[in-house]
Amino acid sequence: MTPAALEKPLTGRMRADGSPVLLRAYEAAGGYQGLRKALGLSPKDIQGEIHRAKLRGRGGGGFDTGVKMGLMPPPADLPGERYVVANADEMEPGTMKDRWLMEGDPHQLIEGLLIAALAVEAQTAFLFIRGEYGEPMARLQQALGEAAAAGYVGANVLGSGRRVEVYVHPSAGRYICGEETGLLGALEGRRAVPRAKPPFPVVSGLWGRPTLIDNVETLCNLPHILARGAAWYLGLSLGPDGGTKLFGVSGRVKRPGLWELPMGTPLREILFDHAGGMADGLNFRALLPGGASTNFLLDAHLDVAMDFASVEKAGSRLGTGTMIVLDDRTCPVGMLLSMERFFARESCGWCTPCREGLPWVANTLEAIEDGRGEEGDLQVLADHVRLIKMSATFCALAPGAMEPLRGAMQYFRDDFERHVREKRCPWK
Amino acid sequence: MKIYIENRRFDLTDPSVNLLEACLSLGFDVPYFCWHPVLRSVGACRQCAVKVFKDEADTRGRIVMSCMTAPAEGMRVSVNDDEAREFRAKVIEWLMLNHPHDCPICDEGGECHLQDVTVMAGHVRRQSRFPKRTHRNQDLGPLVNHEMNRCIQCYRCVRFYADYAGGRDVGVQGCHDGVYFGRPSPGPLESEFSGNLVEVCPTGVFTDKSLKRHYTRKWDLQTAPSVCVHCGLGCNTFPGQRYGTLRRVRTRYHREVNGYFLCDRGRYGYEFVNSPRRILQALLRQGDNALAQVSAEEAIRLAKSLLSSGKCIGLGSPRATLESNFALRTLVSPSRFFHPLAVSQHLLSGSSLSLLRRFPLASLRDVSQSTAVFLLGEDVSNTAPLLALALRQAAVRAPRLAKAALLKIPAWHEAALRTAVQEEKGPFFLAATGPTRLDDLAAAPYRAAPGDLAALGFAVAHALDPAAPAVPNLPPAAAELAERIAASLKSAAAPLIVSGPSCGSEALLHAAANVAAALGKTNPQARLCLTAPECNSVGLALLPGGNLADVLRALRDGSADTLIVLESDLYRHADAALVDEIFTAAKHVIVIDSLANATTARAELVLPAATFAESSGTLVNNEGRAQRSYAVCPPKAPVQESWRWLTALTPNVSWPRWEDILAAMAVSSGDFRDVTTLGPAADFRLVGQKIPRQPHRYSGRTAMTAHIDVREPAPAADLDTPLAFSMEGSPLNPPGPLIPRYWSPRWNSDQGVHKFQIEVAGPLQGGDPGKRIIEPSSEPAGYFAPTPPASEGDGEILFTPAWHVFGSEELSVHSPGIAELAPRPYVALGPVDAGRLGVRDGAPVTVTLAGRTLALPARILEAIPPGAAALPAALADLPFFSLPARGSVSLAAPAAPEGRP
Repeated sequence: MTPAALEKPLTGRMRADGSPVLLRAYEAAGGYQGLRKALGLSPKDIQGEIHRAKLRGRGGGGFDTGVKMGLMPPPADLPGERYVVANADEMEPGTMKDRWLMEGDPHQLIEGLLIAALAVEAQTAFLFIRGEYGEPMARLQQALGEAAAAGYVGANVLGSGRRVEVYVHPSAGRYICGEETGLLGALEGRRAVPRAKPPFPVVSGLWGRPTLIDNVETLCNLPHILARGAAWYLGLSLGPDGGTKLFGVSGRVKRPGLWELPMGTPLREILFDHAGGMADGLNFRALLPGGASTNFLLDAHLDVAMDFASVEKAGSRLGTGTMIVLDDRTCPVGMLLSMERFFARESCGWCTPCREGLPWVANTLEAIEDGRGEEGDLQVLADHVRLIKMSATFCALAPGAMEPLRGAMQYFRDDFERHVREKRCPWK
Repeated sequence: MKIYIENRRFDLTDPSVNLLEACLSLGFDVPYFCWHPVLRSVGACRQCAVKVFKDEADTRGRIVMSCMTAPAEGMRVSVNDDEAREFRAKVIEWLMLNHPHDCPICDEGGECHLQDVTVMAGHVRRQSRFPKRTHRNQDLGPLVNHEMNRCIQCYRCVRFYADYAGGRDVGVQGCHDGVYFGRPSPGPLESEFSGNLVEVCPTGVFTDKSLKRHYTRKWDLQTAPSVCVHCGLGCNTFPGQRYGTLRRVRTRYHREVNGYFLCDRGRYGYEFVNSPRRILQALLRQGDNALAQVSAEEAIRLAKSLLSSGKCIGLGSPRATLESNFALRTLVSPSRFFHPLAVSQHLLSGSSLSLLRRFPLASLRDVSQSTAVFLLGEDVSNTAPLLALALRQAAVRAPRLAKAALLKIPAWHEAALRTAVQEEKGPFFLAATGPTRLDDLAAAPYRAAPGDLAALGFAVAHALDPAAPAVPNLPPAAAELAERIAASLKSAAAPLIVSGPSCGSEALLHAAANVAAALGKTNPQARLCLTAPECNSVGLALLPGGNLADVLRALRDGSADTLIVLESDLYRHADAALVDEIFTAAKHVIVIDSLANATTARAELVLPAATFAESSGTLVNNEGRAQRSYAVCPPKAPVQESWRWLTALTPNVSWPRWEDILAAMAVSSGDFRDVTTLGPAADFRLVGQKIPRQPHRYSGRTAMTAHIDVREPAPAADLDTPLAFSMEGSPLNPPGPLIPRYWSPRWNSDQGVHKFQIEVAGPLQGGDPGKRIIEPSSEPAGYFAPTPPASEGDGEILFTPAWHVFGSEELSVHSPGIAELAPRPYVALGPVDAGRLGVRDGAPVTVTLAGRTLALPARILEAIPPGAAALPAALADLPFFSLPARGSVSLAAPAAPEGRP
């Protein structure tokens, strides 16, 4: 392990008692230095630094943040309002990393949002936060008040003459509000229905204006990239992508939790060193590496480096980096049922495969789990896995929902067949 | 651009379409639901999946939604690809998971796009064994039936109703597979375009409630190409008839006129044809003043004797066909042909026609493509609803064009365009006497009395061209607004001025003319659009004649003693006192009409006229477009077309067939020279056969009259047209003007209209129906001088007419659904006058106007300016007033004590 890997820029300032880092402590620990640096740079130079840092989106998509910023047409080409939005609608099953960041160090997100606004010359930023996140919302509001009073936010950021207003907007509580274009609809007061791309939000986003949308964790990296430079940031990582990553483990392990670790940390290290391995008496069966909409990884994959390219090569996606572990005493069909019920319920109802296909999948899984499975049910599931894929649907929700099912059908087929054959759940 | 579909090369003449539209236009059946030729693409249903290959080297290809894909040079497309077919079959299977499969009892059955696509996409076996979700239905009022369990969530209904037509009471509720389309709570649909849901919905969620009361399957309906008679726009329709009653009206596509839509008055007004007030026999007034039936022969003999004095004058009709008006004029001679209009209305009619002859006119399609609009005085939502729908599109036209160009969004990509444009509106200026349902389109609607609206119009013209006369003493706010309107119109590529006669102000028409003239000097794309009050108002205006005051004069001076009234209730067109005087002065009155009314009650002899459903004829719409309307069924003797009654009374004239009278019309006036060529001649045949009005599956023909006579009667002959009252005939697609319905193999629903178009949303094969017979003169238009507002009567309040889409039109109020939606009489006041008079909303008030006193409930409307009041126009329960006119309003005296009259 390199010394740099021990650095925890995103979470290092956090207090042991869980109370938020407030303005004075944040400033004392080097806070808002990234913003000060950014104020002295041109938007292009800010983007350049971020681009060089190889910061990839931490919300699950993994799109290069610097590239995304560069796709927004400059004000000369597209004059008028432009926006930056922090996607804090964290609702991926098993995922609570953004909450940790917002509760523990709210100024870090505000600073990141301000830097993003400067990078794309936006004067208005929105913090779109999951409605159920009451505590993080309160802490962000408190921090925002401090930041405004101290002149970091508002009509004249640190006397620079630049204007960035920040608004906190609670989400109405749907998973699809976290899909970036569904989010925009919700922010506009419409139904949270994903939008057609292209044109992408950087060109036609909120109220039809150029809009940069980034995940909370992504934005939290910006102050550090600006303050300490892209080279330092790249050095944090063990792999080709820059920086650290918040990794989480839930499920029946010894120490479920969240850790900030170098990007590219091996999966085995996270599962066994940090999460302490499986709880006593249980064996590892598989895990979903980045939330419910990623495919299973098995024992054979445990040496994979947790970065975007490596996980993809192993047949899954890094996603949010917060994994859900399946042990050998838990019914995989029941696990899938729980997830597919969630996805079916959270479909926005816009496109047919998602709206109609997911409930059919969930109903079929429920029948199998309840011992009402029939011959042909597995074929129904397989058909959905095969046909519901990107471009067949309007957005990524339903294809994401099919990811764990794809793996389960492949890796736990015997379990499914046993359910149908024995007309019961063997785990019950 | 060349693309390959199933390895066949095609050259796309218009690469601005999407792949679905390209495939449909080229004859490939790609199933779809959420795409609509007007509402375009949003990518919701995923039914139109096809496989595309980048080029010849690409062997894998990928599945795309054809409605969301632009064609690219050299692209190879496969509709029949196995993977694409499997996916489409799965999509329809998904959609059918919750569908109740209740086709046998569903009104959509037999013309259901969902049925067609289910068959087309090859879904034949239900695999799911899980329960279906169910919904509660809503009572949506008298016009549209709601059955949500049939819904397949294509989102077309809200996209039409809310996004396209501006309705606010239908939306999407719920989420995931519980998505629901309806109102926040049950109640009548608010939009006057609600009936289009019936056609926009691909299945039986929204169906025609009037049809439900006398239901017939599409395949059992006898249909013909017709023209709506309920306003002056001339929307094209398909009325359907069976067992002697008219069952429904559907949209007949006309690219330049109504496109794919109808208003609810046009769709549901038809039931007057079945009304118990229909006159079905010739009637003669007896000594005891009752009307008694006489035979047709007797009626003709009597009429001839009544006319024998030679001192007969004829009153034409703005709702009768050109043929009937022409026949009347021939019978009485042109100098004795009059219009059934009061002096003021007659003046407006003449003024409108002179404007139509001077300026480039906008079709409804032109209207929708305008980029700046000045709507001057006309409440089009109530007087010409489809014009309001077109204007709603014009209001967003400029920002949509701008965003599409800026962000490189193709015109078909509705999803992206809506995101980009949001609520942005183009230049849209609205000046009206009261509230309108287009107010939301204008930044700041200008409200004023008709004379002041005209002053604004004159000022706009002056601001556009200093040579146009200026308006003295214009208030500064109006002057500033005029400058802004002028600047917007001037800088627009396609500016439009809309006005009409319904305010009762000739000055308003002159003001609109000045704006059109000023714009036309620099921009040949500038267009004028005027509404016309009735379905053949312009046609009547083309046959010059005097007004009702002239009629009374002629009766009084002895130059006339007998009156023959064609299809008009004079009491709707003039003050009752004047009409009473006319009837008193006339020695004999003959009335030809289809419904009993106040005028037929004054007739000595009544001749039963065929309605539009039983007669073929020509109507001229508000833009001077002459269109043929074909009989749906033969009239039942002695009912016949008015022109046939009139011809029977005319010596030395023999026009046994329609084309005979058309030929006579064509040589009578330059305006009518094209009336013989508006559609194929009567002897036109498709491969030697006539065109059947009945579909090939028309059932029960041999049994329909078996209770009367077991011998099947021969189908009625139709000597007038190439259409047959029969199911025998050519199965081929007839040319545009003769299409009796949309049907094509695999396309049982109206969605099959594209099989009759040259390309999707393009002109009809074989030519669009009708022809403009009024073209603007090439001479430069002069300017009218602003006239100071003059209004009749004394009093502190200026009464202006308030038109109602349901209620202000004579015939449609005889449809039960329309009657239910028509308002009760009322008077509307602004808040200032209401406050001054101490009148609260709903309070009874006394209106004194034109020598009459009316007791009416008051409505208080924010948008009525001080000093003004609105009185519903042409409502059956209110007498005729020539408005604008001055009068007064006072709080009604407390209720009279009992025992007094």
